[in-house]
Amino acid sequence: LLNVHEDPLSPPSQRSRAHDTSTELQPMPTSPAMDTAAQDVSLFSSPMAPHLFYPVLQSEVDASSPLMYGTPSSRVEGTPRSGIRGTPARQRADLGSVRKAPQVDMHSEPVSESCCHSEQGAGQRLVIWGTDVNVGTCKEKFQRFLQQFTAPNSREEENAGLDLNEPLYMQKLDEISVVGEPVLNVNCSHIQTFDADLYRQLICYPQEVIPTFDMAVNELFFDRLPDSVLEHQIQVRPYSALKTRNMRALNPEDIDQLITISGMVIRTSQLIPEMQEAFFRCQVCVFNTRVEVDRGRIAEPAVCRNCNTTHSMALVHNRSAFSDKQMIKLQESPEDMPAGQTPHTTVVYAHNDLVDKVQPGDRINITGIYRAAPMRLNPRQSQVKSVYKTHIDVIHFRKTDEKRLHGLDEDGEQKLFTKERVAMLKELAAKPDVYERLSSALAPSIYEHEDIKKGILLQLFGGTRKDFTQTGRGNFRAEINILLCGDPGTSKSQLLQYVYNLVPRGQYTSGKGSSAVGLTAYVMKDPETRQLVLQTGALVLSDNGICCIDEFDKMSDNTRSVLHEVMEQQTLSIAKAGIICQLNARTSVLAAANPVESQWNPKKTTIENIQLPHTLLSRFDLIFLMLDPQDEAYDRRLAHHLVALYYQSEEQIEEEHLDMAVLKDYIAFARTSVHPRLSEEASQALIEAYVDMRKIGSGRGMVSAYPRQLESLIRLAEAHAKVRFSSKVESIDVEEAKRLHREALKQSATDPRTGFVDISILTTGMSATARKRKEEVAQALKKLIQSKGKTPAMKYQQLFDDLRGQSEAAITKDMFDEALRALADEDYLTVTGKTVRLL
Amino acid sequence: MPTVHDWINSPLGIVDGLFAQSISCPDWEKKVVEYFKEKLKLNDTHSWVPSLNDVPLHYLKPNSLVKFRCMVQDMFDPEFFMGVYEMNDPTSNSKQVKCGKYKDITEGGQVDFNSRNTVTSERQTFYCVPIPGESQWNSFAGTSQARVVPSTSYVPNRHKRSYEEDDEMDTQPQQMKDGSHGAQSSAESHGNIEPKRQETEAPSHDSSPSHCTSSLDLNFPLPGEKGPACLVKVYEDWDSFKLNDMLEVFGILSVDPALSVIADEREASSLLDPTEGMETVEEQKVHSPPASLVPRLHMLYAQPLVHNNPLLPSSVSENNGNYLSSVLGELASIRAELLTYLTHVLLGDSLAAEYLILHLISNVYSRQDVLPLGKFTLNLSGCPHSSPFTEHLYKVIQQLVPSSYRLCMSLHNMNNQRMVPRKDYTANRLLSGTLQLANNTSLFLDETQLEQGQLDATGVRNITALGNLISWQKVDYDFNYHQMEFSCNINVLITSEGRSLLPSDCQVHLRPTLNPPNLEEYLSAVQVAQVPSQLNKYRIYLSVARAVNYTISDEITKAVEEDFVEMRKDDPQSMSAEDLHRLLDVARLLSLSHGQNTLSRDGWMKAKQLEALRISRTPQQKCVNGNEP
Repeated sequence: LLNVHEDPLSPPSQRSRAHDTSTELQPMPTSPAMDTAAQDVSLFSSPMAPHLFYPVLQSEVDASSPLMYGTPSSRVEGTPRSGIRGTPARQRADLGSVRKAPQVDMHSEPVSESCCHSEQGAGQRLVIWGTDVNVGTCKEKFQRFLQQFTAPNSREEENAGLDLNEPLYMQKLDEISVVGEPVLNVNCSHIQTFDADLYRQLICYPQEVIPTFDMAVNELFFDRLPDSVLEHQIQVRPYSALKTRNMRALNPEDIDQLITISGMVIRTSQLIPEMQEAFFRCQVCVFNTRVEVDRGRIAEPAVCRNCNTTHSMALVHNRSAFSDKQMIKLQESPEDMPAGQTPHTTVVYAHNDLVDKVQPGDRINITGIYRAAPMRLNPRQSQVKSVYKTHIDVIHFRKTDEKRLHGLDEDGEQKLFTKERVAMLKELAAKPDVYERLSSALAPSIYEHEDIKKGILLQLFGGTRKDFTQTGRGNFRAEINILLCGDPGTSKSQLLQYVYNLVPRGQYTSGKGSSAVGLTAYVMKDPETRQLVLQTGALVLSDNGICCIDEFDKMSDNTRSVLHEVMEQQTLSIAKAGIICQLNARTSVLAAANPVESQWNPKKTTIENIQLPHTLLSRFDLIFLMLDPQDEAYDRRLAHHLVALYYQSEEQIEEEHLDMAVLKDYIAFARTSVHPRLSEEASQALIEAYVDMRKIGSGRGMVSAYPRQLESLIRLAEAHAKVRFSSKVESIDVEEAKRLHREALKQSATDPRTGFVDISILTTGMSATARKRKEEVAQALKKLIQSKGKTPAMKYQQLFDDLRGQSEAAITKDMFDEALRALADEDYLTVTGKTVRLL
Repeated sequence: MPTVHDWINSPLGIVDGLFAQSISCPDWEKKVVEYFKEKLKLNDTHSWVPSLNDVPLHYLKPNSLVKFRCMVQDMFDPEFFMGVYEMNDPTSNSKQVKCGKYKDITEGGQVDFNSRNTVTSERQTFYCVPIPGESQWNSFAGTSQARVVPSTSYVPNRHKRSYEEDDEMDTQPQQMKDGSHGAQSSAESHGNIEPKRQETEAPSHDSSPSHCTSSLDLNFPLPGEKGPACLVKVYEDWDSFKLNDMLEVFGILSVDPALSVIADEREASSLLDPTEGMETVEEQKVHSPPASLVPRLHMLYAQPLVHNNPLLPSSVSENNGNYLSSVLGELASIRAELLTYLTHVLLGDSLAAEYLILHLISNVYSRQDVLPLGKFTLNLSGCPHSSPFTEHLYKVIQQLVPSSYRLCMSLHNMNNQRMVPRKDYTANRLLSGTLQLANNTSLFLDETQLEQGQLDATGVRNITALGNLISWQKVDYDFNYHQMEFSCNINVLITSEGRSLLPSDCQVHLRPTLNPPNLEEYLSAVQVAQVPSQLNKYRIYLSVARAVNYTISDEITKAVEEDFVEMRKDDPQSMSAEDLHRLLDVARLLSLSHGQNTLSRDGWMKAKQLEALRISRTPQQKCVNGNEP
């Protein structure tokens, strides 16, 4: 098993790697680390005594050699005791069966041994067969890594509560002794920054290196905390091996290497008990023997060692040792896929405690060893199907969507951008007209509507998320909601489709078809497991994305009501079939509504035109009207634009506009890495803007702004700062926010009767003038009734006629009814059927 | 046949030969592909290669070169195989290095798994089906099979020659036969949904008992289709292929019976070997079906098909331009004839016939972000309810286009048919649906079959899918946990009584001027009257007109702008941006239909006239509550 490196007899599948390693390998100085030398009892890491190697190895190998590590013979029965010897090792099925019988190999290869001595002299170059891994060096390096590595800038969730300036993994070891879960997760990128060569070895020879790591950790752990009691020895689980990110990129060179890929679980199998060790008993003399399973095969003893009877050994099932195993099918995540192709799937095996850790539908990152095995056509035939079966033995799972229910997953969201890309985006951001450029790049096939596009652009960027829960003020929503209303056929749907295609987590629903259940979440019983499963709907699915709702006006009231919570609190409460929970739905809503009549009636207010409850409308930051402007210059440009669509070649179009991919990256980058804060100057500007808005209306007894509008302004200003990649909100951002907000208001909150902007149209559903008129009618009616003297009851119709006769303005039945209702609210009268009774 | 055809009969010999030289030239793999490409380039050689579409599988020689015209229905996972392996020969006790490319199974002897010479390579498997909905006249669909006399001493070479001769000389009579056959079948009033075609039967039907097929669903997109399905193994550039691509694959046929053994043997052995049990029985069935039913094809070379019209040169090669220009001259006259024919079919309504032509040559030529350009979904309203009219209309269209499908929108169909393809995770395959169609397939939606009633959840989903298909030319395939969008290019024609409930680009209300006493007889007569050569002209015309490039000059652009502004001035309501869109579409298609590759002032005026005429007869339908048209 041990061999000189100069003669790497790699197995066929590792040919490529043997090639690359041999070039970069120089003899490494295996200097013993000063601080670890004292603890090192194992002679593996003692390079001074090569001659001692054999005997010691042979006696020690059972217990602590990585080569024999975890084999059942080293298992100690009974209750766990402390210390490395006392704690049972647990077989790592995830690493597969370790190569066999090191002693025999060594004796059979004395030539290479001696050759090693002669060539290298004092420098010890013993490596595991077929690799360049020197167990001693590797172990020592890893121990040094554990003892020294700090990650001051770590933002990982697991490291919360740890002192980032102290050695990270030593703290984790302390944690293990407290919690008692003997698993150490190690981030491979940490190893890479610490020692690139160790990292390379880990990636290339995980099957050999990980047991070495295990051994190193256990030695370190029990030296530090000799009194700890663990269920079994600590297992190292590396994750985030940066070698491979995508399932599609796997190729034959990755076989037997440590890889990390992301994907979605689509199927999990039942638990498969896999035999690790077979128990045989002689039928004649009741002699027991154990046989280890080697690569799926059991060598049945033909002769009883005790009584020499042939074929007397029988397998005893319930005394054999089994380990848990589960087959998991992983499918490429939809984001990773090129258009027009179907997703790939990979088979993954989970072992022992990783079984049942994931459920179908989970998005996970897995780290494991990629395996390939030849397939035999038929056990009795020598012909072999020339195809390998591939699978991944999983070592580490990491759910990527787990945290979505709790908080923002910075890590999972972070798209990796190359340096050039980032530089390119930053260069773009530095341009003074970046805002205009981006907005015109948005849905180029839709003509004009510049302000609407700008609004949507800001929505795509979103505001800054603020959390004031600690001061008891709760969360402030960062998402911007936009409603588009207007004539049918003004490409609202197209705009929605575009946005849906642009954002990674977009959802598109139509108000006509969707029910409250489809939007929120429902509980389903899994037919197989009889387990209740929460199925999430469009709003939850678009968490951190945009939910596009077409035909918003056609949505049933019931459905719409769930939006109230989502659009302000950004959560969704569910109480169904015994499941009560609150899901995050931090989604921006982009809705499109058609007027109730076929055409937009300019004589009516927005509310009257689209007949949506004002409570919902007030939750939209921006409400735009998409109307036919009907002016000649516009028509001309529109015609030009459309005709151009029809004959321009695709290259020309691309030249003119930023392409969609750049826009996507730009938004993704800004969303993850830019978090603007209000500057002093900007907050003054905002205050002024708000006061101004309030002032506009106050002169006429109207309210033209509410705190909600101020919040909208802040969000818009923040989003605009994000567009500029600025970490500070400045007054230009506020200016633009003000302008856009004013534009939107001008379109949607103008009182058609007076021509003034009146925000109360949106907040209360009625303009101030309309409310005033209502009051007047009610007062007139009251006067009329009072003038009639003491009549306890009167006819409804007669009262109506009287009022009409008396008033100079035309009074409709609706107005009359409303006035009656207002008086009834004052407890002045009641209406029963056709009679009006005074109280 | 002389040895020249060794490359057809035993291509593996050539592969092995080139492999043997691999020591001297490391890029032998490229050489193999080059060799066959070179061979196939020579004038007619590709027609010598027997086609899997035409020739029943049991007549084809295993490990010979065959071609297959197909659509990629599903893509399986990539697989690793032994590209090069070493063999222990037990008799001579020597070792031999062999090539595993283009093969499913290792040959003889014991494979040495620990050999250093082993090279692991990667390949991808596509599940391919014949192009769905190919019309009966389309000789690629395999009508020639009828002429093959089954006999045990069948020699592929022999057939090839006769096939070749047939193609050269027999085209006319064959079409004649087709034409008369079509008329004949139309005379019988079968109310069947599936396209009437004489299909290549799955080879197993003759050779093996029927239980094989009943247990194995070959996963054709359209119900009632038959034909060979094939597992195509792709060795190079598999990323360049997309789902639903039409391909002509040249590859080595592999039907080793040993491949079929696995399924049975596996079940027994799975108990012993847990690693083998990772595939379910369903998955096993789908991914390694019996080779006699689903042969394997090791791709040497594949040609993407732009169209599947056999009457046109198949490739978009250099000489295509010449071909186009030669046909362009005749276009005008053929157009006039086609118009007359369609006018007769549409009961004397020439306007509807005009629009039908425009519809038939429409094609999504580009996409502007999400907006597909060039689609022209036609809604032919005013079709009589419960009459054979729509059925006959479909037959006429079927006669004209290479592939088509008639979807009766009956409640039963809407509620029960699987239209959107769905991923079946148990079997690990994409279950096909009726909307998984190749480019430029004509989808004929018969809304006259729809009656009042309840649509269930499936029905609503199907209607939404049809709506999306029409508006965005995309289908969202159902992957259970998420949906995936696949863009498509399908010509949708809707026949309905009133306005269709589905969106459409253009609605034409049928206004018959003829009222034949017996509609059925009349329509059959109209169809029979068309000589097959005439039909062929129409077929060529439709395919060619679609392929013409189109531009608009700056001058015309200006004129169109002026015109638009002018029209808006008079009555802004009558002319919206959407109307301009449609007008531009109509103008484009109208120019193309006349064989003009640019818009002329005249063409623009004609388009406007046509639109005005159409709008004048469309019953004024106020869109209520914003039900957008």
